[in-house]
Amino acid sequence: MERNHSERNSEIELRLLIEAIFLKYSYDFRDYSGASIKRRVQHALGQFECATISALQEKVLHDPTAFMQLLQLLTIPVSEMFRDPSHFLAIRQEVVPLLKTYPSIKIWIAGCSTGEEVYSMAILLREEGLLDRTIIYATDINPRSLDKAKQGIFSMENVRAYTANYQQAGGQRSFADYYTAAYGYAIFDKSLCENVTFADHSLATDSVFSETQLISCRNVLIYFNKKLQDRAFGLFHESLCHRGFLVLGSKETPEFSGFGRQFEPLVKQERIYRKS
Amino acid sequence: MNDALQLPTIEAIVIGASAGGVEALLNLLSPLHEGFVLPIIVVLHLPDARRSQLAEVFARRVSMPVFEAHDKTQIEAGTLYFATPGYHLSVEQDRSFSLSLEDRVHHSRPAIDFLFESAADAYGESLAAVLLTGANRDGANGLAKVKYLGGLTIVQDPDEAQVATMPLAALDVRQPDHILPLRGIGRLLVELERIAC
Repeated sequence: MERNHSERNSEIELRLLIEAIFLKYSYDFRDYSGASIKRRVQHALGQFECATISALQEKVLHDPTAFMQLLQLLTIPVSEMFRDPSHFLAIRQEVVPLLKTYPSIKIWIAGCSTGEEVYSMAILLREEGLLDRTIIYATDINPRSLDKAKQGIFSMENVRAYTANYQQAGGQRSFADYYTAAYGYAIFDKSLCENVTFADHSLATDSVFSETQLISCRNVLIYFNKKLQDRAFGLFHESLCHRGFLVLGSKETPEFSGFGRQFEPLVKQERIYRKS
Repeated sequence: MNDALQLPTIEAIVIGASAGGVEALLNLLSPLHEGFVLPIIVVLHLPDARRSQLAEVFARRVSMPVFEAHDKTQIEAGTLYFATPGYHLSVEQDRSFSLSLEDRVHHSRPAIDFLFESAADAYGESLAAVLLTGANRDGANGLAKVKYLGGLTIVQDPDEAQVATMPLAALDVRQPDHILPLRGIGRLLVELERIAC
């Protein structure tokens, strides 16, 4: 039947596109969850005015600028500060007292996107008196997202929503103390990022680069299939020090992965785990 | 159901509902018999609530086991699943669930369109999709894709729906296989299940 032909073709084309991107640009989407990638590529067809995925493939294979544009569509950054306030409250109450026992702290924020998780963590650590002795590695595969994260400029409209989150997360000050408002944007205090290293890192292809006491990887693993989730959990396990902390998004867990026994819940409801 | 012999063999049922949806779903699903073998996957729009009580509410009122759909878990027969509020829910080719935080569709996350479209990809002709009462246009495109890939499409009779906007939007995009009141949809689901057994 006609429709089955065209559907079958687009499945083949999608696999070829993902393979071409990997071979040419070393970005590995091969073990991402298929449904979401398919939607994003379909969306990209409209943006690039391509009739078929094959046409899109030809375009991005021969034009690195076009590929960078496609990468923005494939790694849609949807993030917010202090997302799930109760998660951050639990970090404050349950994790921070233990972190305080370390003379120096290394934190890895994996898949930091445009930096919302980084600023949230930095603000929390400053209020707990830990920021000065903490090094934060904030990594992502998307260089444009990393640039945005470094700039620390967010729209005021969003910051209003973050303010409510911050307060519910146990924030101790006025959220406005952390940014300067100008022309509809909030420019966050640069000193929050003094000890933050923003770096290009892929959970799909790169390896561990440092020992860490805490890893935050929130709403990243849901985009991976089980195999790639296991790879990521493997990296986290290798990077974390003895009894180090792993904090995840509100619907993510190591429980059903190949690393179920290597992490134990500290605050299960808030997705806070500890290396066993 | 005199055309029962022509009904397809279905492996999964997806349902989308919005305003008025809780009541409609209770009316539709409560009478289903114990041991109903087809998996049923539901996206129900709710006002933003980080923790939903849907699974608990329905567990008391339906005879099937009820769960929130967890990321990367396999879809099991005879189970009723609800999408998690705040996340889109998709079905993967291997018939497991995946969650995502892409932008809202028709102001909704989870979006009915995302569930229907991905389930159509995974199940093709062996999917039945049901669109119920609601006050927006979510689900209309998803239902059209289910139909395009050979699945069975059912829309709640707009005259009966508490809010007719969503059923009407679907009828506007593509004529479904059946337009029925809830009782008729219930009978059809039972018939589909009988054929699937």
